[in-house]
Amino acid sequence: MAMRLRLDHVTADYQIGPVRSPRVLREVSMSLQPGTFTAVVGPTGAGKSSLLKVLNGLLLPQSGQAEIGDITIDGKSSKRLLKAVRKRVGLVFQFPESQLFAETVEQDISFGPLNFGAHPRNVHALAEKVIAQVGLDESILYRSPFSLSGGQKRRVAIAGVLALEPEVLALDEPTAGLDPTGKEELLSLLKQWNKQNGLTILMVTHDMESVARYADDVVVMEKGRAVFHDSMRKLFEDTERLEKWQLDVPDARRFQLEFEVRSGTRLPRVCLTEDELADALIEVGRV
Amino acid sequence: MKDLMIDVENVTFRYDRREQTDALSSVSFKAEKGKWLSVIGNNGAGKSTLAALLIGLIQPSQGTIRINGVALDEESKWTIRRSAGIVFQNPDNQFIGATVQDDVAFGLENLNVPADQMRLRVTEALETVGMLNYRTADPTQLSGGQKQRVAIAGVLALRPDLLILDEAFVMLDPRSRRELLATLKRLKTERDLTILSITHDMNEAAASDRILVLKQGHVARSDTPAHIFSEETELAAPFSERLRRLLLKKGRRAPESYRTESEMVQWLCD
Repeated sequence: MAMRLRLDHVTADYQIGPVRSPRVLREVSMSLQPGTFTAVVGPTGAGKSSLLKVLNGLLLPQSGQAEIGDITIDGKSSKRLLKAVRKRVGLVFQFPESQLFAETVEQDISFGPLNFGAHPRNVHALAEKVIAQVGLDESILYRSPFSLSGGQKRRVAIAGVLALEPEVLALDEPTAGLDPTGKEELLSLLKQWNKQNGLTILMVTHDMESVARYADDVVVMEKGRAVFHDSMRKLFEDTERLEKWQLDVPDARRFQLEFEVRSGTRLPRVCLTEDELADALIEVGRV
Repeated sequence: MKDLMIDVENVTFRYDRREQTDALSSVSFKAEKGKWLSVIGNNGAGKSTLAALLIGLIQPSQGTIRINGVALDEESKWTIRRSAGIVFQNPDNQFIGATVQDDVAFGLENLNVPADQMRLRVTEALETVGMLNYRTADPTQLSGGQKQRVAIAGVLALRPDLLILDEAFVMLDPRSRRELLATLKRLKTERDLTILSITHDMNEAAASDRILVLKQGHVARSDTPAHIFSEETELAAPFSERLRRLLLKKGRRAPESYRTESEMVQWLCD
C-alpha cells in the first residue's frame, strides 16, 4: 500500500550532551503524497538536510511528530521503531560515496539488506537487481568500490540504499560534483523510478535547472521553517516571492526576465526550460 | 605578455604503475597572473589530479610545473604553498579546528602570523564568505554549504596569489555561489589574484578568462570561452549557447557564433 509521509509541528535541534544547537527545524508541518517527486530548496543552513533526517528517524523531533505510513515517530521513539522507518525511507547522504567501505561492490551493497535481516542467499540477486537499476554493468559487483570513478561510486552508494527496497527515497544533493552528463543520467534514473515504480522521491538540491525539469512539487525551507509546499510551476510564477526567499530561477526564466525588461516585450507565459523559451520567442515572432 | 602564475609543461601522472593509462598525459598549459582559468571535463578526466599536482600533493612522473616562476618540487612546495591555496570539493575532508574561527586560523598559525594580524585576517575572511556570525560554531555542525564557505575562508585568510578551487562551490545555493564568485572576481582585480577553478558549471566557465578542457587525461583544448563554446559542440554549454543551438535546430534565426547571455538578449532585442 502506498505510504504517506506527514510532519506535524516538528521542531528539532542537534543536542550533543548538554549543548543544544539553535533550532534547525521550527514547527514544520507538511504532507507528502505517495509517488510524488518533490524537490527541497532553500539557502544553506535552512534545515533541508535536517528535514530528510527526521523522515529517516536520524533526527528525532523535540516536539511534534512525524508519521511514516502507519508509524509515528516522536522524541521518545524506540530504536526498533526507527529501524522499521529506515527500511521504508532510504536516505542518500551528501557525497554518499564517502561511505563506501567494503572490498567489493557486492559486499558494499549487501551490507544494508543483511543488517535488516535479508537472507544471504537472496542478497546476490538483490545486488544484481539494484546495480542494473542504477545503470551499471553487473561485472562492477566484483570490483573494489575504490577503483571506480566518482560518478560510478555515487551510483553504487545509491544502489546500496535501493537494496533496502525503500518506499521513499530521500536524497541530499545527489548530483553535487557530477559532470553534466552524469547529472542528467542520475536525474533521469530518479525520474524513471518515480514514474515506473511509483517510488516517492524527496530531493534536496540547489540546482533550479533540476527542479524545473524533474520535480512535480517543491518545498521551500527558510530558517528552519517550511514556507512553501506546492507545485513546481507555482513556485516559479511569483518572482517577488522567490526574491524574498533568496531563491534563484532557472536559466531560461532569468533570461526571459532580462529579455522582457530590455525589449519591452512580454512573452506569453513563464518559461522554465530552453525549449519553452524558444517556443515563446517563436510565438512572439522574435526569431 | 604578463608574468606567468602557472606554467605546466608536458606533465604526466599515473596513480598506479600497474594500470595501463595515465591519469594525466603530456599536459601543458599556462595561466597568466591575475587571470581566471576554468578547467572543465567529465568525471575521471584528470581535473582533481591536476589540482593535486599544482599544489604538490602528488609529484608528476614526467614534466615540470612552475608556480610563479618557481619550479615545484619536494623542497619548494612548502614555500609555494604559502602563496597558493586549494579548496576541495567535499569540505569535510578539510576541517581541523573545533570552532569555525580556529579552523580558519589554522593555516595562519602554521605560517606564524602574529596574533593580532591573525584575528584581523580571520575576521576579514569570514566576512568575505558571509560566515562571521558563525565564528564560534562547531564546523561539524554546519550545513554542507556553510562548511564549504568556511573552507574557502580558511584559504582566503592566507591571502594567496593563486587560488585553486576544486569544485568548491557545489554545495552552495546559487545565490551564495554568485555572490562568492563576484567577491573572488573583485579580489582577482584588487590583488592580482590568479584563480584556477575546476567546475561543471558552464555558466561559471563562460564568465572566466580562459577555459582548459581536459579529456581522458589530455588537454583537449585551451581557449577563450567564446571559441570553446562555438566550436566544441559536444561539450555541455552555458545557457545562451544552448538556446542558440536550439533555435538553429528548430530552423530559426540565430547568431552565427557563441554569444554571452547579455549579448544574446541584445541580439534578440535588435
